[in-house]
Amino acid sequence: MDRFQGPSPLAGVQGAAPPGGVRGEAPGTHTMTIDPVELVLLVPLVAAALLVVVPSYRLGAAGNMLACLVTLVCALMLLGDRPVPGQYLLVDDLNVVFIVLNSFVGFTTSTFSASYIAHELETGRLTPRHLRFYHAMFQLMLFGMNLALVANNIGLMWVAVELATLTTVVMVGIYRTHEALEAAWKYFILGSVGIALALFGTILVYIAARPVVGEGMDAMVWTTLIAHARDFDPPLLNIAFIFLLLGYGTKVGLAPLHAWLPDAHAEGPTPISAVLSGLLLNVALYALLRFKMLLAANPDAIAPGPLMIALGLLSVIFAGLMLYRRRDIKRLFAYSSIEHMGIIVFAFGMAGPLGNFAGLLQMTMHSLTKSAIFFTVGHIAQVKGTQRIAEMGGLTETHPLLGWGLVAGVAAILGLPPFGVFTSEFLVVTSTFAREPVLAVLLVIGLLLAFGALLLRLTDVAFGPVRGPIGPVHASYIPLFAHLLLVLIAGIWLPGPMVAWFQHVAALLG
Amino acid sequence: MHSLSFDIAHMLAGGLVLVSFLMLYQDRLYALLNVLALHALVLALSVAWQAHIQDAPHLYITAAIALGFKAILIPWALRKMVFRLGIHREVETVVSIGLTMLAGMALVALSLQVMLPVTAQADPVAREDIALALSVVLIGLLMMVTRRNAVSQVVGFLSLENGIIFAATGARGMPLVVEISVAFSVLIAFIVVGIFLFRIRERFDTVDDAALDQFRGGRS
Repeated sequence: MDRFQGPSPLAGVQGAAPPGGVRGEAPGTHTMTIDPVELVLLVPLVAAALLVVVPSYRLGAAGNMLACLVTLVCALMLLGDRPVPGQYLLVDDLNVVFIVLNSFVGFTTSTFSASYIAHELETGRLTPRHLRFYHAMFQLMLFGMNLALVANNIGLMWVAVELATLTTVVMVGIYRTHEALEAAWKYFILGSVGIALALFGTILVYIAARPVVGEGMDAMVWTTLIAHARDFDPPLLNIAFIFLLLGYGTKVGLAPLHAWLPDAHAEGPTPISAVLSGLLLNVALYALLRFKMLLAANPDAIAPGPLMIALGLLSVIFAGLMLYRRRDIKRLFAYSSIEHMGIIVFAFGMAGPLGNFAGLLQMTMHSLTKSAIFFTVGHIAQVKGTQRIAEMGGLTETHPLLGWGLVAGVAAILGLPPFGVFTSEFLVVTSTFAREPVLAVLLVIGLLLAFGALLLRLTDVAFGPVRGPIGPVHASYIPLFAHLLLVLIAGIWLPGPMVAWFQHVAALLG
Repeated sequence: MHSLSFDIAHMLAGGLVLVSFLMLYQDRLYALLNVLALHALVLALSVAWQAHIQDAPHLYITAAIALGFKAILIPWALRKMVFRLGIHREVETVVSIGLTMLAGMALVALSLQVMLPVTAQADPVAREDIALALSVVLIGLLMMVTRRNAVSQVVGFLSLENGIIFAATGARGMPLVVEISVAFSVLIAFIVVGIFLFRIRERFDTVDDAALDQFRGGRS
């Protein structure tokens, strides 16, 4: 893996060295100090290298948390001080909140992971050697995702998404059971095909940009591309977008391309399910949004809307139907992720200030809520010793905190008020009703299908007769309730600056 | 302008598509691996030729990777693996080979039909290279979905990836090509050869996907 990381830190340094290489403004403002963007990348990378050699799993888990915390602090620093975009790295209004969200969920997941893996060691599913590898991979994955988010270069972005995918593939297979290997293999094959199609799309974007921007690196720099997107050859851009939609759409888990997602969520360690649903899907979607902006900037290109609406609706309805047949609790919530990604892609497809606003809000809320749900599900599965829904029941009686945590999480993901998901789903549905009533009806059908299915399963697991072992649980509740609290606050009161930010970005997305 | 150099570039591009077709009708794993090596060899020649006519020396690195890694090392490693693991030497197909060939032809026609009008403004080398590269990519995909065992799926993926590297080198002046080909090589080396096949072998005794499927019973 070492050679694989090669270009990236180098890219960071080079990207910062010629300041304003793209815009040509304010040269010389950059000093020799390392700015927070580079730290957001370097910290996980260095941590990954260190964690490989840390022998004790406790130290490894603590180091993992510490590295995530430092990354989070660096990410928060980006909110204030934003470096000049270079040829490789860029921090703008669109990605800055995703970087913060990514680092935040990364940190809370590392906290959850620390208590989760202690149990996995006790039951012997993982050995300390596995854990060294696991922690290093966790950091490497965060590095890949952060790099994909800050990349100002469509080639670099592609490499970063590939890196993030690969590390998760390896972690999905870490238990080495039949199912885990099958899931990892499926994920690897479908993910590779997706990533290959995305690269083909990226090459086509380059070919479209070259006559306008000129040969070389500039034709892959996103800020340059968006400035000149008006003059690109529209048909070429259209085909490029179709490849990118299929390629990155595979990673997002959109309906016909989703086959890897439930397996990967169900068979890997639960902290990985949490980051897969909460972060990796978002990162892939973010990549797609960047290209959608290129298309939106070109008046003669096709509108990406109808394609995204179709895929989104298909995902929502398909996932809604599939939810009824699930017997495995992690698979259940994996399908719920497909449903939510469908809603988000649908919202961005509808576009307009309201649609984009709702999509961005839904991305944030889903990320927080779904990872919280996986935190509870992880502990529940550990207590019950199984992931089968039929063998768990009456959790609110036996484990009140876990049980009610799950109830709150599911209520939030179902879009019940007063949680934040309600706000965003309400916005999607009402804005769609105003413009395309037929589509809105279809969307609502999908939402209701999912609602019924999840409610049905929730009553089995949380209420009803007690089933399965009722042993004590060594859970860390802080990440779970921190996430739910944030979602609750967002549902009741969204701070003014945040609303302004979302509106600003929604306008950028076109 | 349309001199020998363009003709050679096109000949090599066409050769790549032809070798992709050769892959489709192999029914023995060893023969398939030989064709894979040939595929990578044609890719290496083609990339080297692009490096020459574009005057882009860094592409020679990509060509060298294609030659050393993909034409020699990977087929050799896969061959060794097939031998050591005692995988059946036949390629199991989902649909008959004749149908697959027809589908392959349809895909080539499709990609020419889609790409040629679209890239009319691009320079002629890039234009036809991209169309042919798309054919190679689609045939690679076809191979992955119509083959049952893991080794031939990996071969399908490798040929798909060759098509993409070919497209990247055909786009004049495209940056990061070398990095991307290194990244792809690492992807292949690490995951496919190293971890998966050995782990799958460890657990399944066969590298046949149907065997993977049988463990799905009871889960949904």
